[in-house]
Amino acid sequence: MKINKDKCVGCANCVPVCSVGAIFIDDDGLAEINRENCVECHNCHRSLSPEHLPPGPTRLVRKILKSVSLRFQPDPDVCPTDAFMPEDLEWPRIVRRAFSDPMVTHESTGVHGRGTEEVKTNDVSGRIKHGEVGVVVEFGRPGIGTYFRDVEMVTTALAKEKITFEAGNPVTQLMTDIATGHIRKDLLDEKVLSCIVEVTVKLEDTASTLAALKEIGATAKTVISIGASTVCAEDGSDPLKDILRAEGFAIGWAKVNLGLGRVSNRSAAAAEA
Amino acid sequence: MTNTLHRYGTEDTQRNDFIVFAMAGKGFNDEGSLDKAKAFLRAAIKYEPINMGNALVNSLYRPEKDLSFIKLYFTGRKEKTTYEELIDEIPAAGSAAVVFDHPERVKNFIADVKALDLGLSVNVSALVDNVRDICGEVEITPHAVEYTLGFHGDTDRLPDRDTMSISTMCGHGMVSAHFAKKMIDRVKEGRIDPEDAACCMAKFCVCGVFNISRAMKILNTAARGE
Repeated sequence: MKINKDKCVGCANCVPVCSVGAIFIDDDGLAEINRENCVECHNCHRSLSPEHLPPGPTRLVRKILKSVSLRFQPDPDVCPTDAFMPEDLEWPRIVRRAFSDPMVTHESTGVHGRGTEEVKTNDVSGRIKHGEVGVVVEFGRPGIGTYFRDVEMVTTALAKEKITFEAGNPVTQLMTDIATGHIRKDLLDEKVLSCIVEVTVKLEDTASTLAALKEIGATAKTVISIGASTVCAEDGSDPLKDILRAEGFAIGWAKVNLGLGRVSNRSAAAAEA
Repeated sequence: MTNTLHRYGTEDTQRNDFIVFAMAGKGFNDEGSLDKAKAFLRAAIKYEPINMGNALVNSLYRPEKDLSFIKLYFTGRKEKTTYEELIDEIPAAGSAAVVFDHPERVKNFIADVKALDLGLSVNVSALVDNVRDICGEVEITPHAVEYTLGFHGDTDRLPDRDTMSISTMCGHGMVSAHFAKKMIDRVKEGRIDPEDAACCMAKFCVCGVFNISRAMKILNTAARGE
């Protein structure tokens, strides 16, 4: 993302809007983007409403108002002069957008957002099976961001545990070796808003995996959000809750797959039959 | 939609926060899923969800790309679209989400979705005991459950509770903590009312899972310094 300096009037509305705090007012009084920090989420360009004011007169009005200690202050979600310019991104920078802009669909999985269906479609995909636990570790969330080199520090440590990286996950797709958790070298210096590492463990290995994850996570250079999922028993109960409580996790907010999904694609239904 | 797993905050503000969303599994039930997703959203209309969305078209609250000086200061802004307009705009299947602030409406909606038998995977993000209660009332046995286990790692970098409670309502991070803090401060200073601040922030959450009612409650509490 770039800012057209010929258009920007330096109102600073975009500064707090940036998902990672990469926008600032430069010495010239106009907005600038810290390119290294920008994750290409396009939030500034997409979500600010452009007012299409002429930049020259707008700057003049701002200057006059400032001289009498008044302030030109547009609505907080407005860019007065439509100053943002999206770029055509090339590899490897384009990966930033794939993992940061929720409106972009991940090519490797065909899913938008963070690019994974995880347990949300488990009623048709059977990704997590009875006796298994899916663990999702989201790096950089909420609102901090992460470099893939920091993700790799954790994935390589996790790979030594009794886990299996989920194949239908965009981070797994970037690994050069899923046995060791190594990620493509050309992506290690790329920063994204967040990315999800997804592993499956046996129910009986849940406690040890989470303990290891806590220990590994303590050295992480960003924030990580952890989630754990499992398939419910026939009576709707689940064996995971007690394990999590015993490990000291508070149980409150959750996502529940109601089981209303049904395999309906002809090819998939035929294969299932 | 992992987007909705890590909503931070006190139980008091989470109690009336329910996100119900439908999606198709790629290769399993995605054929014809666009019409099913639209049927899902249409079924929600009579229960007046407080937000709705599909990441491919944005939410009920959205930026105006044709804004002008005249619109801004004379004719007024159009910051919210209608349920029907949003549903008609959806170009391709993706996730379809609706947000409610009352358990009774969620229960009735889920009962309707069950009866519709769309075949899409339907998930509810909320306090787990509340979802289980609803499942019992509409006679649904949940298939799977995913728990949030909180934030770890370099948590010193996280902002305060009120800011986090608002910003994590867009799990994709599009309501930045800086922007949420700015809105809290503006409400405190009496420069914007809580409803306008909540609706303004909702425009940034493209999936439509930002809970305006909950945001207003947090803003009101924060404004009084509680």
